[in-house]
Amino acid sequence: MIGIRDYKRAATLEEAYQLNQKRGNRLLGGMLWLKLSRNSVQTAIDIGGLGLDKIEETNEGLRLGAMVTLRQIELDEKLQTYGGGAFREAVGRIVGVQFRNLATLGGSIYGRFGFSDVLTLFLALDAEVCLYKRGRVPLRDYAALPYDRDIITHLLLPKAAPLAVAYRSARLTKTDFPLLTCACAVKSDALQIAVGARPGKALLLSGLEKYAGRRLDEEEIEEIAHHAATTVPTGSNTRGSAAYRTHLVQVLCARALRDCFRKEDGCGADADS
Amino acid sequence: MELTLTLNGKKMSRLIEPGVLLLDFLRGEGCCSVKRGCETSNCGLCTVFLDDVPVLSCSILAARVQGRRVTTLEGLRQEAEELATFIAAQGAEQCGFCNPGFMMNAIALLREKEEPTVEEIRAYLAGNLCRCSGYEGQLRGILAFIEWRKKKRGGAQ
Ligand SMILES: Cc1cc2nc3c(=O)[nH]c(=O)nc-3n(C[C@H](O)[C@H](O)[C@H](O)COP(=O)(O)OP(=O)(O)OC[C@H]3O[C@@H](n4cnc5c(N)ncnc54)[C@H](O)[C@@H]3O)c2cc1C
Ligand code: FES
Ligand code: FES
Repeated sequence: MIGIRDYKRAATLEEAYQLNQKRGNRLLGGMLWLKLSRNSVQTAIDIGGLGLDKIEETNEGLRLGAMVTLRQIELDEKLQTYGGGAFREAVGRIVGVQFRNLATLGGSIYGRFGFSDVLTLFLALDAEVCLYKRGRVPLRDYAALPYDRDIITHLLLPKAAPLAVAYRSARLTKTDFPLLTCACAVKSDALQIAVGARPGKALLLSGLEKYAGRRLDEEEIEEIAHHAATTVPTGSNTRGSAAYRTHLVQVLCARALRDCFRKEDGCGADADS
Repeated sequence: MELTLTLNGKKMSRLIEPGVLLLDFLRGEGCCSVKRGCETSNCGLCTVFLDDVPVLSCSILAARVQGRRVTTLEGLRQEAEELATFIAAQGAEQCGFCNPGFMMNAIALLREKEEPTVEEIRAYLAGNLCRCSGYEGQLRGILAFIEWRKKKRGGAQ
């Protein structure tokens, strides 16, 4: 069980940042991962009182505060308009409602967990991470950075919503960690596909330029799925073998792409993995 | 440090250790319905309401509920008793250990949604694990409760 010596509710981001520079101290998101991953924390820094729990439309796009919970992401209407059922599909299987009422977007992105449904979806959506000191960093770059002591204040989604978004995951049981995750975003000028839980960290597929900005037929969908299966590195763990995951890469990519193009026709069904 | 909160409708202040979990604080206050199960945020046994929203009390510091409302099953007597009758009528409980957390979350669902579908019930309660029952009896109990409530509210036509 985690031992926490002291607790400080930060009055400003600067105060939280300064406290977070001390080695033994830790920022609190929802604390769900922190509780399992660390034995002791000197000072737990609460940034819950800094207004970072909102999902807002701004001139630059949709801005989600770091303390937004996974449950907010699941229910927020602006996000449903932006991404159809993809947000609900991506987070709705994470443990349970009571868990998702606590777990935060900031903690999920900072963690850059291999199994992360959240990272997979936000990568495909071309999100940017807003850091208190460092400023804005594309999530695809942030995902590769080492863990540091900066604070994620927000995630920013581009102003132009994709034409269609779809999310698929495979799980051994409904609320288990995913065995594989896949998110597709069809934009007017790009096609983005992220694959995660490989079991390594989610990555964006390259080599999709020629498919950008147009409808894809079934043959092309199969071609992309095959390309994904041959280029995405997979590995084995207790949930599944590399070979099984590679098979899933192909299946989930094809399904997610089909979901996207069905959705573009206005008759898209939500994914049932 | 000093913690002020409203617990089951009663405002109170207590001196607490900064690192104490809400679960331990609540049990220390005599709310024994709040159970420690997995303690890895997986089972839902420790579910309580924080400002009416169900959360896992094993995974939140008591210090974080400063100034807020916390409700346990002890604070929901009538609402809980009504639903419990329907769950019991289906023989849905065996050891009963999961029951308080399950009741809390079922009540949260039934407050949010008048008539959830079977799929919605299953999805909402997916974070409440029960090692004995197989969930079907609990589901039948909730559906029967919804029917009863509908009739009661509609003036039992
Ligand atoms: C039992 C269990 C099952 C899970 N299953 C899944 C799953 O199936 N799919 C999935 O996608 N995820 C899953 N997760 C991960 C979960 O969804 C969250 O991503 C995770 O708990 C981290 O979020 P948190 O709010 O709890 O962060 P915390 O645990 O509070 O923090 C995690 C780390 O991030 C740091 N941090 C927090 N906020 C910030 C910030 N704003 N800026 C910088 N650093 C910050 C903390 O200091 C800490 O080091 C699971 C977690 C658990 C415990
Ligand atoms: S004891 Fe809290 S989720 Fe199991
Ligand atoms: S009745 Fe025994 S755990 Fe649910």
